[in-house]
Amino acid sequence: MRRTGWVAAGLVLLAVAPAEAARIGELTDWDFGAQAARFFSLQDPSVRYALAGSMLLGLCCGLMGAFLVVRKLALMGDALSHAVLPGVALGFLWGMTKNPAAIFTGAVVAGLLGAVVVQWIRATTKHREDAALGFVLSSFFGVGIVLFTMIQNLPGGAKSGLDGFMFGQAAALGPEDVWLLAGVTVLALGSVGLFYKEYVLTSFDEGFARSLGWRVKLYHYSLMLLLAFAIVSALQAVGVVLVSAMLVIPAAAAFLLTDRMGAMLAWSAGFGMLAGAAGAFFSFTGRSLPTGPFMVLAAAALFLLALLFAPRHGIVGRLWRRRSRAARIRRENTLKAIYHVMEDGGFRDEAVAVESVAGRRRETTAGAGREIGELQRAGLATEEDGRVAFTPAGWQRACEIVRNHRLWELYLTNAAQLAPDHVHDDAEVIEHVLGEETVRRLERRLNYARRDPHGKLIPGLADLAGGAPPAERVAGFGGKGGAR
Amino acid sequence: MTGFVPAFEWQRVMVQPWTEDFTVSFWIVVMGFLVTATCGLVGTYLLLRRMALVGDAISHSILFGLVVAFMIFRSGGTAVMFVAAVATGLLTVGIIEFIHRQSRVKTDAAICIAFTTLFAAGVVLLSVAEMKGPVHLDPDCVLYGEIAFVPLDPPVEFFGLTLGPAPVVRIASVLVGLLALVVVFYKELLVTSFDPALARSLGIRTGVWHYGLMAGLSIVIVSVFEAVGAILAVAMLVVPPMFAAQLSDRLPARFALVFLHAALSSLLGYHLSVWLNCSPAGAMVVVGAMLFLLAWAVTRPRRYASVARRVPLQADA
Repeated sequence: MRRTGWVAAGLVLLAVAPAEAARIGELTDWDFGAQAARFFSLQDPSVRYALAGSMLLGLCCGLMGAFLVVRKLALMGDALSHAVLPGVALGFLWGMTKNPAAIFTGAVVAGLLGAVVVQWIRATTKHREDAALGFVLSSFFGVGIVLFTMIQNLPGGAKSGLDGFMFGQAAALGPEDVWLLAGVTVLALGSVGLFYKEYVLTSFDEGFARSLGWRVKLYHYSLMLLLAFAIVSALQAVGVVLVSAMLVIPAAAAFLLTDRMGAMLAWSAGFGMLAGAAGAFFSFTGRSLPTGPFMVLAAAALFLLALLFAPRHGIVGRLWRRRSRAARIRRENTLKAIYHVMEDGGFRDEAVAVESVAGRRRETTAGAGREIGELQRAGLATEEDGRVAFTPAGWQRACEIVRNHRLWELYLTNAAQLAPDHVHDDAEVIEHVLGEETVRRLERRLNYARRDPHGKLIPGLADLAGGAPPAERVAGFGGKGGAR
Repeated sequence: MTGFVPAFEWQRVMVQPWTEDFTVSFWIVVMGFLVTATCGLVGTYLLLRRMALVGDAISHSILFGLVVAFMIFRSGGTAVMFVAAVATGLLTVGIIEFIHRQSRVKTDAAICIAFTTLFAAGVVLLSVAEMKGPVHLDPDCVLYGEIAFVPLDPPVEFFGLTLGPAPVVRIASVLVGLLALVVVFYKELLVTSFDPALARSLGIRTGVWHYGLMAGLSIVIVSVFEAVGAILAVAMLVVPPMFAAQLSDRLPARFALVFLHAALSSLLGYHLSVWLNCSPAGAMVVVGAMLFLLAWAVTRPRRYASVARRVPLQADA
């Protein structure tokens, strides 16, 4: 079912793209260059305000959002950004002007009330967090809509400009709005800087923080207060619906890039500023397009890049690592098969037939040939006239794998009391991941045993060393024929 | 502030809507009831599955689907809308699951990323489409909804029988269809919602029911979209089931309570909107939230006083 959805959506996008691309080109081409030049010269005060405001917003939301994401409160941002609406309306009613101080106060009070109600519903009903957030989000918004439509019916209310709070227009930012954003950003930076240790600990290990006697609730609500500040000051630029995107998307992208909170805060704030600047740019050059959606799309593009290409947690990196690990295991299994064939022949020949390796691997000859080709490219084996021989490095690796396998089997039968016919599958997995240090400890633990539970010889350190041909070295412990 | 809240006049608020504007009042209240009941029906299952906010996500991202469908087909026919809605709903759920499975980002952040991005893309495409000519989609309708315009729609005739305005007929048929599905597949929906592991062991394909429910949810949302808007639709998905869950633990009783809630909130909400001269959809949501608060206040001391405060700040992963 999911696949159908994807395919349908893909078809839809394919169908719409060419037709629309041409038209967008016509629309924006005519003054794009001039507008871009105006934007970058920063001569226009409105450009300066829009750019400064958008970047401050990105910084502030990025900082707060990082805490939301690690605290698994991402949707709290969504709920609070809707919940501030009645506060905005009441703030406007206080004197019927867009007085930033009154609107700010009203919205912060409404946002905090929303956070309290969420906590309250969770504590006193059987409803889970999702329902509590959904209730606060939608019913506060309903109250806000009622108040807004009442304001619109008042004399002077129709042109209140409150619609700007819905979708946001960074170009409409004035100096007061930018100062407000700057103040909130400084406050957020200051609180996070001063109480960094406290916020990090209460975010990651609440129980420990409580056991230290810290007032966890206090930090939670102070974070909610800062969050309400950030949301309210960002409303003017991105609008109610999309504030939560600016909180969560840059932080989620940062979350994929690093495992350290400090670095995550920095990345998140940086991504937020970048997305803010990009949103302001596209909104300015693209003739009165709303700013918020462009900011969000820029942030989403950053997130997509992080999702794909993050070094440790990215999809491409993970697939690459998985592929190279699978290739390494395949190589090691082929080496082991060659070793086994040699061992069956008493290590008399330096080279063995590809067909016998294929039989050992339960592969076709062509398949074994491909695997041996991989070994040759890795410099682990050489092939001549259908016979394959180890290089010194290949011999060493083969000995290590066989040793790991047999040591582990012996360990399981001796230390874990498993039956000898039950240990092979386990050893088959672990032979590729045992490190040298563990091997040393296993050898000590097993008194440097020479034989595995099936009576096969375990290669030792002496067999691994140097680069001489295998036959001579194995002669050191006598091969199959010379067993004691 | 003075004069902001009009005086409550019994004659104007409670009597005149029914004596003077009977048709208008009747259709608005009926529409409100149908919308709330349909949303509440699906919402009951969402609440059980702890997926209330997936409803929020789909109701936002549906804008994207509608705009794309409009750009392709240049029409707003019912079939086109339904197909677009189902495709967008499944796309949203697919993106959420993709992000959640392929990265270490948690579900809640994935929900937020998916719907805000689709919504932003929808708004941008809408402004691009508007440059080329009028679009029968208004961004404001995402926020408010236009339930007050419902009685103005041309009535639908069916075998010579005048049924009512087109949106009312549409949502009524969705409700009837949904009720039929709930009755027919009652057992499957019940088991997959309450005990997915048992459902799987019985051979019920939980994935199919999950996506089927999401498709149904998308159709419900798109049919109420124009009447109440994206965000108030969330209220109607979440609040009636919460009200019902507060008063009963039995599923059939919850459905009955959802219908009761729908009737009360639409009727009282309409009168509230006449009194305050505000958006009827918003007023219905406010009354609905009040009804939940009432149920909460009534049941809380009896049932949850002893276990209050037991839930830690953010316990579940």
